[in-house]
Amino acid sequence: MSIVLYRIDDRLVHGQVVVGWGKPLNVRFIVLVDDTVAASEWERELYRMGVPAEIDLYFAGVSEAARQLPGWRAERRNGIVLTGDIATMLALADAAPPIERVNLGGIHHRPGRSQRLPYVYLSDEELQLLEALAKRGAEVTAQDLPNMAPVALELLR
Amino acid sequence: MSETARGVVIAHGGLASALVAEVARIGGEAANLVPVSNNECGPEDIERRIADAVGDRPAVLFVDMPCGSCFFGAMRVAKGRSDVRVVTGVNLPMLLDFVHHSSLPPADGAARAVGKGSEAIRQG
Repeated sequence: MSIVLYRIDDRLVHGQVVVGWGKPLNVRFIVLVDDTVAASEWERELYRMGVPAEIDLYFAGVSEAARQLPGWRAERRNGIVLTGDIATMLALADAAPPIERVNLGGIHHRPGRSQRLPYVYLSDEELQLLEALAKRGAEVTAQDLPNMAPVALELLR
Repeated sequence: MSETARGVVIAHGGLASALVAEVARIGGEAANLVPVSNNECGPEDIERRIADAVGDRPAVLFVDMPCGSCFFGAMRVAKGRSDVRVVTGVNLPMLLDFVHHSSLPPADGAARAVGKGSEAIRQG
């Protein structure tokens, strides 16, 4: 399997993704799935500036990502699929199953969310979306970095 | 004479505060430097912190890494503002020089900072 990590992180591309996960997993491409970013040349160029030359960065909205996922899954290189919110990952899981594991990275404070971990804040609606992901067969855990212990979805309720 | 540019140092954890404190300790002056940390920040939070630190003054934004929420937040704040520039790879030598050249227009101040910061990276 060439997609070695499906991650939800509201910071999208950042050090924990590129270095923290990217180095030990030998990641050679990142797929950033976000309708807004995919539609904006300025946003795409901005995120390109944040990725080292040895890692390819692809942009796609949900429907385009669903079309391309079989090809990315068949890649010989290791890749990360990254979304900025839970709803986008759930939409991707519906459009292009199976997604067997989902990693919750940073989901930060906003009104309506409550703290579940130092780096994970969730509203009740977002928790339901995560449970929907789990019902579709994904093992959902929170884990900011590979050397930290994963926290099961049950412990985020 | 142009308005003095503010230097906003944006970095992970306590790095920005430490850099600004050391500029004051070494050079005796850091009044026009403002530290911003990304601690506990989502993307909107760090952008708001940076925008608040910049205000409506010209500024050079010094960021630790050309990647991540500090950098992206700085770039979003600078978008559409000709009086705000972003420099990545912040180090002490560029900040020590900047505090004495903050009357330069931000584009010139940023270019000078890149030069001074790069000059300081050597192999022993």
